[in-house]
Amino acid sequence: MSIKGKAYIAGIYEHPTRLAKDISLAQIHAQVAKGALEDAGLTKDDVDGYFCAGDAPGLGPMSMVEYMGLKPRHVDSTDTGGSSYVLHVGHAAEAIAAGKCKVALITLAGRPRAEGMATGTVPRSRGGTPTPDEPFEFPYGPTVVNMYAMCAMRHMHEYGTTSEQLAWIKVAASHHAQHNPHALMRDVVTVEQVVNSPMISDPLHRLDCCVITDGGGAIVVVAPEIAAKLKRPKVKLIGAGEFVKTQMGGKVDLTYSGARFSGAAAFAEAGVKPADIKYASIYDSFTITVLMQLEDLGFCEKGKGGAFVSDGNLIAGTGKLPFNTDGGGLCSNHPGNRGGLTKVLEAVRQLRGEAHPAVQVKNCNLAVAHGTGGSLGLRHGSATVILERE
Amino acid sequence: MAEAKERKLPAPTVSQETQAYWDAAAKGKLLVRKCTSCGQAHHYPRTICPFCFSDKTEWIEASGKGTIYSYSVMRRAPVPYAMAYVTLAEGPRMVTNIVDCDFDKLKCEQPVKLVFKPTDGGPPLPMFTPA
Ligand SMILES: [Zn+2]
Repeated sequence: MSIKGKAYIAGIYEHPTRLAKDISLAQIHAQVAKGALEDAGLTKDDVDGYFCAGDAPGLGPMSMVEYMGLKPRHVDSTDTGGSSYVLHVGHAAEAIAAGKCKVALITLAGRPRAEGMATGTVPRSRGGTPTPDEPFEFPYGPTVVNMYAMCAMRHMHEYGTTSEQLAWIKVAASHHAQHNPHALMRDVVTVEQVVNSPMISDPLHRLDCCVITDGGGAIVVVAPEIAAKLKRPKVKLIGAGEFVKTQMGGKVDLTYSGARFSGAAAFAEAGVKPADIKYASIYDSFTITVLMQLEDLGFCEKGKGGAFVSDGNLIAGTGKLPFNTDGGGLCSNHPGNRGGLTKVLEAVRQLRGEAHPAVQVKNCNLAVAHGTGGSLGLRHGSATVILERE
Repeated sequence: MAEAKERKLPAPTVSQETQAYWDAAAKGKLLVRKCTSCGQAHHYPRTICPFCFSDKTEWIEASGKGTIYSYSVMRRAPVPYAMAYVTLAEGPRMVTNIVDCDFDKLKCEQPVKLVFKPTDGGPPLPMFTPA
């Protein structure tokens, strides 16, 4: 069984806030759910499937189902970090294709800024019973940034990738963010500004990192017969893939990500090639994340990502592969330190023709959204979806 | 280096499965788990081989020799430190730190040797320094 053509994205919503001091976590989940349902032209009572991940308060989906007054006959709280929501789109389509639900709601919310969390630079233990890996990692001080930085360091060693090439990814994101009134960082930056920003963990500078923001978003995935009755442009899911990449018992290889497998599965199911893609939403926790995923998804040869992203090739209007036209996690929003959901949102906006006119891709009929969750250098979950304008 | 600039290392949580590894660390030895069915060593240590799923695994003592696979100097920490993956002579790559050296001279593929650093109330951690 394939999910190709079995489900449509009918509603999307991104919370406009980037600092949620006066809003609770549950409240953000409900606000984005309401926004996405209204965008679709559906009501809460239409929802019969609910999807959330570890950012939702409570055990799995239960507290949020109660808080929002939902009555789902299908739930899924698979957590693969920031990629969860891309994976949920695929799982929602599977559930719809199997007749388990017809209107699936996916929500994300987070308040790391309001809570004063040191997101990227402090090692964190999860508490409770340690994971089997924790005693062999946590005492050494792995942080979000230094584990991604080690991937960048090895990529530079093997392929000659440079800091200037990585910087082009931030530059492209900043060109897009200037048009997004909600973006946290709206100033256009140069390669020089990126490489001259303070070193956080070699070779990643401050401007190689994404923003830290509060907020959230929601997606409504529906069955074809529901989509047919709604007034919004139709965005069809035609391929989905997922993968968990690990240290492989010590056979560590930092030069590629799980996108190699989740991407191949999604493209095969969709029956399209990377060259057919008009717009790409690529997870951008750091510049290196984007570069490795572009290679692994097949947009360029392994090791040639540096050349591929240079000279504005990712900038809408001038480059060959417009990416993250909302400014992405690098400049606009990385709600709750989980950037997968917003990747799907901008892909849907592009396919609907509802992106900002300055960054809207002409005749955008095919898009990819890809997420990496967890730690690129330790273990991560990858999820890829391919979406088509019908 | 001034006393205040010493980095404090948290103690690893010792489990039933890894007691021998940490007991050996306390004696200055690094153990690696090796499978007698497929012949491959892995890290972190498990009783069931992650490659062939055989339960015929045993401890071997590592030579303490290795090379840096990758590293990153965490500049934004109270005391900067060098995070690394080291490729052990026995095969597996392990998460570790590179210590007692000039961080600005580190390179991928550089040879390193085993040292141990004390933790806060637990067994010492195997780390590496340029050979
Ligand atoms: Zn084995």
